[in-house]
Amino acid sequence: MWLLLKYTLLYTCVLMLVALGGMFSERSGVINIALEGIMVIGALLGVIMINILNAAGVHPVLGVIITILCAAIAGALYSSLLAFSAINLKADQTIGGTALNLLATAVAMVIAKRVNGNDSPKITYSSNTNPVLNANHFSFQIGPLTINWFLVLGIVILVAAWFILYRSRFGMRLMACGEHPQAADSVGINVYKMRWAGVLISGVLGGIGGMAYVVPAVGDWNFEQGVAGMGFLALAVMIFGQWKPVNIALASVFFAIFRAMANIFDSIPFLAALGWPKEIYNMMPFIASMLVLAFTSRKSRAPKAEGIPYDKGSR
Amino acid sequence: MANKPMGARLGNMKSATGTLLASLLCILIGLVVGFVVLLVLGAVTVAQSGESMSFGDLLSTTWHSGFKAILHGGFYANANVMGMGVRMEILQAAPLIMTGLSVAFAFKTGLFNIGAAGQYTVGAYFALYCAIMLKLPWWVCLLASALGGAIWGAIPGIFKALLNVNEVITAIMFNWIGLYAVNTLIYQAGTGPMFNVNTTKTHTLAAASPDSMLPTFNVGNYFGNMFKPSIGIFIAIGVAILVWILINKTTFGYELKACGHNKEAARYAGINEKKNIILSMTIAGALAGFGAGLFYLSGSKEWEPLVSTILPATGFNGISVALLASSNPIGAIFSAIFIAHITVGGGFMTAKLFPSEVADIISGVVIYLCAFSLLFKGSILKLLGGKTKEAKAVKPAKNPGKGGDA
Repeated sequence: MWLLLKYTLLYTCVLMLVALGGMFSERSGVINIALEGIMVIGALLGVIMINILNAAGVHPVLGVIITILCAAIAGALYSSLLAFSAINLKADQTIGGTALNLLATAVAMVIAKRVNGNDSPKITYSSNTNPVLNANHFSFQIGPLTINWFLVLGIVILVAAWFILYRSRFGMRLMACGEHPQAADSVGINVYKMRWAGVLISGVLGGIGGMAYVVPAVGDWNFEQGVAGMGFLALAVMIFGQWKPVNIALASVFFAIFRAMANIFDSIPFLAALGWPKEIYNMMPFIASMLVLAFTSRKSRAPKAEGIPYDKGSR
Repeated sequence: MANKPMGARLGNMKSATGTLLASLLCILIGLVVGFVVLLVLGAVTVAQSGESMSFGDLLSTTWHSGFKAILHGGFYANANVMGMGVRMEILQAAPLIMTGLSVAFAFKTGLFNIGAAGQYTVGAYFALYCAIMLKLPWWVCLLASALGGAIWGAIPGIFKALLNVNEVITAIMFNWIGLYAVNTLIYQAGTGPMFNVNTTKTHTLAAASPDSMLPTFNVGNYFGNMFKPSIGIFIAIGVAILVWILINKTTFGYELKACGHNKEAARYAGINEKKNIILSMTIAGALAGFGAGLFYLSGSKEWEPLVSTILPATGFNGISVALLASSNPIGAIFSAIFIAHITVGGGFMTAKLFPSEVADIISGVVIYLCAFSLLFKGSILKLLGGKTKEAKAVKPAKNPGKGGDA
């Protein structure tokens, strides 16, 4: 049971971080389908930094902070490609995002292979290879339960996200740009700037989320699989959570339970007795989100102007 | 993006030229980015090994053991023994034409079919089931693959038309549902009748059902006697021509395009837009599924159900194919061959120096550029029209392409 709880918490914080990121982007009016790719890039840079800092012999606490920062910066830089095409060049946001997803896996494979110096896209950062800074430093124990630092960070970010979105001038302006950019512009809000901010925040959170998915769980990662659809699942969490921070947090717990069951169902007696294959549990969150979408789409509270490039000239 | 402005008939010729030039410009920038990536990779490898190399030598190494292979593709002399490279290119181009047609067809109705990967997966299952389990002749298996894809394509269409759920979201979800479902059905914890425990793949068609394999062809004795390519490429080209006729020469095609251009106007003109959305997605799905049939019934590759975290790349590359072709079915033939060309060529580079995924980076950059190729097109048209002052509009677009390799 502790194992189920451990994995549920692990996936909750990943989904919550990334979905909150997506929320900021979409609330500003930019559909961010590139979350998957942003996660891959964040994870890649984070993992590479772990190995670099390990070799440099940095103190673990400092190492953890620096690697997370690097993942965040990498995510932000990568998301700026989406922001540039979607906001400045007014390109189709879905296609731009899809391109970035494809590009991310290819880039990650190439870089991982080069870093390894051979033909394997798998990067190792377990305690066997990294005595100074390794995957274990990202978690701590409370009794029998393993908790990772990303969960702590995730909760802080959740609270911050709520305050920023609903209680700050910035949040109000951001939402205005996603609902009615023309009106926002007419009262002097710079829509382009706000949308850039929204996308960059999603890049930061997506990058951290990618690292949170890869690092605490295992000691090596094969970048051939990217992040195995986790970014798309986060997209579903965001819709399921109706673009609201608290709902997103609850939705991510719900989705994380299924995802955790897919990992460890054979060690839970009553689930193992069912004898279902792993894929059924993998499928469940996607089916659940389709069911919810089917029933709620008519009163969906998606930001009204999302996906529509803002053109000052057409005001 | 999808709604290519048709404009007046007079402007069509010029518009088509602009579209073509814009696509070629995307390819050119993509290739330049690819070359720069290779150059950097080469420099890094040299630095890692502690040697030093002059820039001229580096350029020549990058050219001879890297970029030349990408440009030559399947025709790369070092690898094209007994027509092996060309056969690989033909093999990959056939399903790419189909997934490209699938995405292009949905674009015509203003829909973005990101679900080609899932439809391709389900199509592959239907084809392989009919072949391995039922041992049906090849053309029945092909039709079955189209049926499988059609079912998987219809779902996002139905969700969109009846429940107002964005087709992109539904398609993404059903990509994964389809992948997990197909892998479960084939694997069945190692006991699946289609699953070969020794190879961890499905049974080979040559062993299970030779009648289900597509016929082969040869040009003189170019491909030797052992590995002749299947006729899949010709079937795909035939389907592309049929799709072109369907879109441009039939009432149904006109209705689909009308829905894509302006949903409200189409409804006002008495076109049933909901029916057209569902039909369009169903046909798009059938095309993608058919592509999987062409690929897996060629007998060159088996399905690997244990690789359960990666959706087939052919589905997503279909998006590049459609965008490069500006959703023109005939153009899809050429852009599919181009994507297959650089992908096969990427595999022929000296792997120690240059990972084959550089080819994927090129096609990724190309789609990214295609996302705003209308911008290119606008400036190219202005250039053609003699107004040269807008030429600088092309310039800022180059930066993201270069940033793509960062």
